[in-house]
Amino acid sequence: MAKRDKIGVLDLQGGVHEHVYHLQALGINPVRVKEAHDLDDLAGLILPGGESTCLIRLLNIFGIAPKLKEAYADGMKIWGTCAGAILLSKEIENEQAQLGLMDIAISRNAFGFQVDSFNTKVEVPKVAKGEIDLTFIRAPKIKSVGSDVEVLLKIDDYIAAAETENCLATVFHPELTPSLAFHKYFVEKCGIAVTNGVNIMPDRTGWMKYARITSPNTK
Amino acid sequence: MENNRFELNAQLAQMLKGGVIMDVVNPEQAKIAEEAGAVAVMALERVPADIRAEGGVSRMSDPEMIAEIQAAVSIPVMAKARIGHFVEAQILEALKVDYIDESEVLTPADEENHIDKSKFSVPFVCGARNLGEAARRIAEGAAMIRTKGEAGTGDVVEAVRHMRQMKKDIKELCALDPEEVMPFCRDNGVPYNIALQVRELGRLPVVNFAAGGIATPADAALMMQLGCDGVFVGSGIFKSGDPAQRARAIVKATAYFNDPVKIMEASKGLGEPMVGINCSTMADDDKLAGRGW
Repeated sequence: MAKRDKIGVLDLQGGVHEHVYHLQALGINPVRVKEAHDLDDLAGLILPGGESTCLIRLLNIFGIAPKLKEAYADGMKIWGTCAGAILLSKEIENEQAQLGLMDIAISRNAFGFQVDSFNTKVEVPKVAKGEIDLTFIRAPKIKSVGSDVEVLLKIDDYIAAAETENCLATVFHPELTPSLAFHKYFVEKCGIAVTNGVNIMPDRTGWMKYARITSPNTK
Repeated sequence: MENNRFELNAQLAQMLKGGVIMDVVNPEQAKIAEEAGAVAVMALERVPADIRAEGGVSRMSDPEMIAEIQAAVSIPVMAKARIGHFVEAQILEALKVDYIDESEVLTPADEENHIDKSKFSVPFVCGARNLGEAARRIAEGAAMIRTKGEAGTGDVVEAVRHMRQMKKDIKELCALDPEEVMPFCRDNGVPYNIALQVRELGRLPVVNFAAGGIATPADAALMMQLGCDGVFVGSGIFKSGDPAQRARAIVKATAYFNDPVKIMEASKGLGEPMVGINCSTMADDDKLAGRGW
């Protein structure tokens, strides 16, 4: 029986370094999940943004998807950002559902094209006091949710963040903003205490320390 | 937070990291690419191998054909404009492509100047053979860089050369004393402010993909191990014997670029690769990388 006391980030494609960087700013040392067995100790797993068709293909080919569902049934919580939220959805407009772990209906790339990507600032009362930055990149929209799903943020005609007891879905990218609020919220949802203050604000290029060519010459 | 267009555009490229961007010439190929796990497609009328074979002036693709590809897939769609041809870029922006590649694969429209990319809302990716070229493009507003390997050859040697050169330049810049930075910038044509960013980050300040001559899963993993953030595959897929299978294999090898067993499995039984042209036997005039500066 696994002890499930770690946080993991699915490391196949997309915004992996960015989530790792945010978690590290909170004092969490995440597991980079590349193989099914990497899920064994996880209390929580982040499905990053990227391209959901690429992610699901790799999850299926390398036999991670069934293990992921097993781990979920065993208590591992999951947070999907953008593409990750699409993977979690029970219903995807005009497409077949993928993992289908969360009773939400989602519409892919629902704002249009890259020129329609945007930033905004809103308050998400359950997650943090005060306004937080949100970044939407070719984002999906959650159109409706089932009865066991709590809406955390509704903007105009769509739902931007929602959760169940074991899942969190955000159509935006907290890992691309200076805010650590959603990461803290998820880590605590997984039953792991965050000891660092949330005042450390990662900069836009912070993730690059995981993709360096050489050591930087910092002041 | 104000809408910072450059930042949003650089961030879309971040979401493509670890992925494969594939050249496609029609909606059917775009669907095959998406199904195989491509993170984006590059819509163009002729793949580089055909551009080479047919010669003549190579221009931006027909917007109607690009629009058909946009309608066929949900992944980002990129398209190429000629170097310096800002009106082709305006057309592609009006079409709302997700990324414009200001590309040496097309015939340059301006032999002196590249497009002022900072004027556009749509993001640009540009080719670079070394740090100076990459930094100049970033200073002009490019939100993503790629190597400028010889497109349409199936020979990875030039992409490797460019990535090695990029790494060498970055290592050299990072090792300099502060007062040595300005002469380095003069000698290498690097805008000073970009040089300072590179020194602080230990890499380019935007995502850097491999492009040009990548034809096999091993080529893709090679470029990833050399430090690229992702891979473009042009003629390598749809000029091969079994495009769908090769596309899937390159996606796997890119995701697991540090796992030789998985790359080996992905390399099995792929059928005929594209025929290829050995870059070392090409006349300099036939090389595309020299277009732009």
